[in-house]
Parts: sequence; C-alpha cells; structure tokens
Amino acid sequence: MFKRLSPPEATNEAVVTFRFDEQTVTARPGDTVAAALLTSGISICRSTPVSNAPRAPYCMMGVCFECLVEVDGNPNVQACQVEVRDGMHVHTQQGARRLTS
Amino acid sequence: MQQCDFAVIGGGLVGSAIAYGLASQGHQVSVLDEGDVAYRASRGNFGLVWVQGKGQEIPRYSQWSMRSASKWSALSQELFELTGVATQHHNPGGVHLCYSEAELASREVDLDALSQATDRQFSFKMLNHSELHDLIPEIGESVTGASWSSWDGHANPLYLLRALHAGIRCHGGRFLAVGKVKEIRRNGESYVIESNHQTITASRVILAAGLGNRELAPQVGLDAPLIPNRGEILVTERMRPLLNLPTTYLRQTGEGSILMGDSHEDVGFNDGTETPVLAQIAKRAVRALPALANTRVVRSWGALRVMTPDGYPLYQASESHPGAFIACCHSGVTLAAAHAKCLAPWFAGAEAPSEITPFTAERFHVQTSIPA
Repeated sequence: MFKRLSPPEATNEAVVTFRFDEQTVTARPGDTVAAALLTSGISICRSTPVSNAPRAPYCMMGVCFECLVEVDGNPNVQACQVEVRDGMHVHTQQGARRLTS
Repeated sequence: MQQCDFAVIGGGLVGSAIAYGLASQGHQVSVLDEGDVAYRASRGNFGLVWVQGKGQEIPRYSQWSMRSASKWSALSQELFELTGVATQHHNPGGVHLCYSEAELASREVDLDALSQATDRQFSFKMLNHSELHDLIPEIGESVTGASWSSWDGHANPLYLLRALHAGIRCHGGRFLAVGKVKEIRRNGESYVIESNHQTITASRVILAAGLGNRELAPQVGLDAPLIPNRGEILVTERMRPLLNLPTTYLRQTGEGSILMGDSHEDVGFNDGTETPVLAQIAKRAVRALPALANTRVVRSWGALRVMTPDGYPLYQASESHPGAFIACCHSGVTLAAAHAKCLAPWFAGAEAPSEITPFTAERFHVQTSIPA
C-alpha cells in the first residue's frame, strides 16, 4: 500500500534489520518503526484495550497513540517516535499492557 | 424571563445531584451553570466513594457518608437505566496503606473510636502485610499493612456528572449555561437571579456553586467561609487490571489507567500543577506499587477542593431569606447519593436529614459549640 519515494535499492545506504513478531523486516537507517512497518506492508500494529479492534499507525507524529507496539520488551511504545535499530525486537501490542515488577 | 420552582446555582456534582433529586421527584428545576471559566472541581476529582476515616471529629459526618455510600449502587443503577450512562461504580471495599507498626496501631485506635462513635455502624478490619498482599499482589514490601473497610468504593466522577446531567433532562429539568450569577434578589415570594446571559425567577434557590458560594451566600443572608485547597493528580497509560480495589490515593479506573493522588496545597486560586509536587505523588505511588515505576504518566492536573475551615460540609437554610439554601462540600462523589435522595427532599419541604444538623456556618463562629 505504501511505497518509498526512492526505493532502498536506489541508494547505497546501509540496511537495518529488525524482528516484528515472527517476521524479519528491513528498513533504512533513520526510519521510524512505524514507517518501516508500513513500507513493509504491515498495517496492524496493535489491538485496542477494550474491544480488541485492530489498529495501524495513523498520525506518524506522536499525537494519536494508535501505533503502540512492544519494543525490546517495553510495552506501549509509540512506533512513530522510535528509530529502527539493527536487531530490535518489535511485537504487536495486544490490548492493554500488563504491569509486573 | 425563565421561571421555575427551583434554581440550583452550580452545575457541578453537588448542584447536579441535588437538581437530579428534585427533578426526579417531579419538581421544576433549572440548573444554572457558569461555564468552563469556573474552577470545575467536579472535573478534577479522584473518584472515591469513601467512608473510612471520615468524621473523626464529627461522627455524624461518618453517618452521612455511610448513608450516601449505602444508596450509591441504587443511584448508579437508576441513572444507568434512565440515561444509559454507567458510572463505573464498584464497591469492593477500600484500603488505607500504612508504612509502620506505629502507624497501623494509631490508625486502628482512630478507626475504632469512629466505629464506637457510630454505634459500630462503621466497621473496618486491620490487615497485615500478607493479608494485604492477598488483596493486592503487587503491593510494595515497605507497606506494613492497611485498614480495610467494606464501606469504601469508587466510581468515574466524569460519568457520574454526565449521568446526572442527562438524568436531570430526562425528568424535565433544564441545564442553563448562564455565565456568572451576579445578583440574587427577593421579589415578593420569589427570587430573581441575574447572570451574565439571563435572568431567572425561582420560588426557591439553592447555592451549590462551590467556591463561588463565597460571594453568593451573603446575598441571601448566609455565610460561606470557603477556602480553596489544591490537589494534584497523575494518570497513567491504560493497563490490564492490577489493582482490584481503591486505596486512599491510588485507584485503577474502568478503562485501566491508574490515578495517583493527591496533594493538599494552600495556593489560593492557582489550579495548575508543580513538578516537585507531582514527583512526590509519583514517588509515594511507586512505594505502594513498585511496578508503577515502569509505567508512563499520560496526564496530570490540579483542581481546587471546596473546603470549609474544618473540612466538613456546609448545609443551611437561610433564616432571613426563606427558600434560599446553601450546600457545599468537597466530597461531591461520595455524597452524591445522599444529596440526590436525602438532601433534595429537604429543600422541597421535608424534614432535614438528622445527620446534617451540625453542618451550619454557626460552628465557624468562636462563641458557638458544635452540637454533639
């Protein structure tokens, strides 16, 4: 659904690889997690706390909180506010987060 | 000019509960609301329906709180059936956390005195750490124990307010955004109320304008020496249920966020927030529930409590101005059911509820003593 203005193969830039649930996703350095997911064709990043409805990144600028994911074990992270890093583990945020010490 | 039986000045929880009670008994009621320039204590409160520890100095306040708490479920159910708005009221009991054996012992002495003063109507139980841990598995190690009472519970104050407003309309009452009330004057048997936007005539007038009552009360021969007292609150992101019952300063809402309160600050009419105070609130919350250290706080706010000099409510009928009454308190959530079901009938001519007799302004005058 989304495509880059210039495809990754058109540049010499390095590629960043991270995990999203069971998939391996490649992105460009400087991409946000949300942008990387959308350009990889992944549109569902979480389910809502009350009705478990699927949600996708929306505003891409940190205000709507639709793009919540779990990053390296840290729940409810805004995917549009975090840059991709090699080896990152991103998971779908399923409903409300758990809290355990 | 608008005419009605009752004009309730103030569209917050106190005014709305009274207006709902009057409207549901078939009276013609108009609620006069100032608008969002008002201090809006009812939009900033914590949402406890709380009994334990209240009324230490005046046990009738404990009885008044119990009267309300015991009517809360029925009120909540009635509002839901009438308006479709759920207040999220739950009554799982509540705990007051203690951090030392000495604190636990002194809490027990205080609550026992209160229980005795109410002929054991108020009941409670002291819990040690392991008993508390059974109720709240995430409780911090440094919490020595707690007092627990089945009387306590919580609700969502914003939904309560919305349900009351909807309920008033369902019973034919009117909610008027009239701006600030400037003047109340007698005109024969009725009262003429002049506000920024409208003039309203009513047979009876009830002052429920929170801190605004200070200026309104003298116009109808009453006295309301109210003092603002600021409380700040933090709210976290939504989480799965981890706190099944409310504590004095922590509760988890129906949506899953945790509210952390509170502060008691004498800062005049400043209803903002201050970082050192918020930090202190967060620190205390983390001490109670260490897992909270990993949560995100999404909002914080300050709101002004409507306090009398002794912290107890003020309910009074004017002697010089028949048909004019005042009602103010800082426990608009806890007392909502008593206000709707017991106080409203008094304004309509029934006998005053026996619990409220100590709460006139005379007690603030040094020469009078509090009736026992």
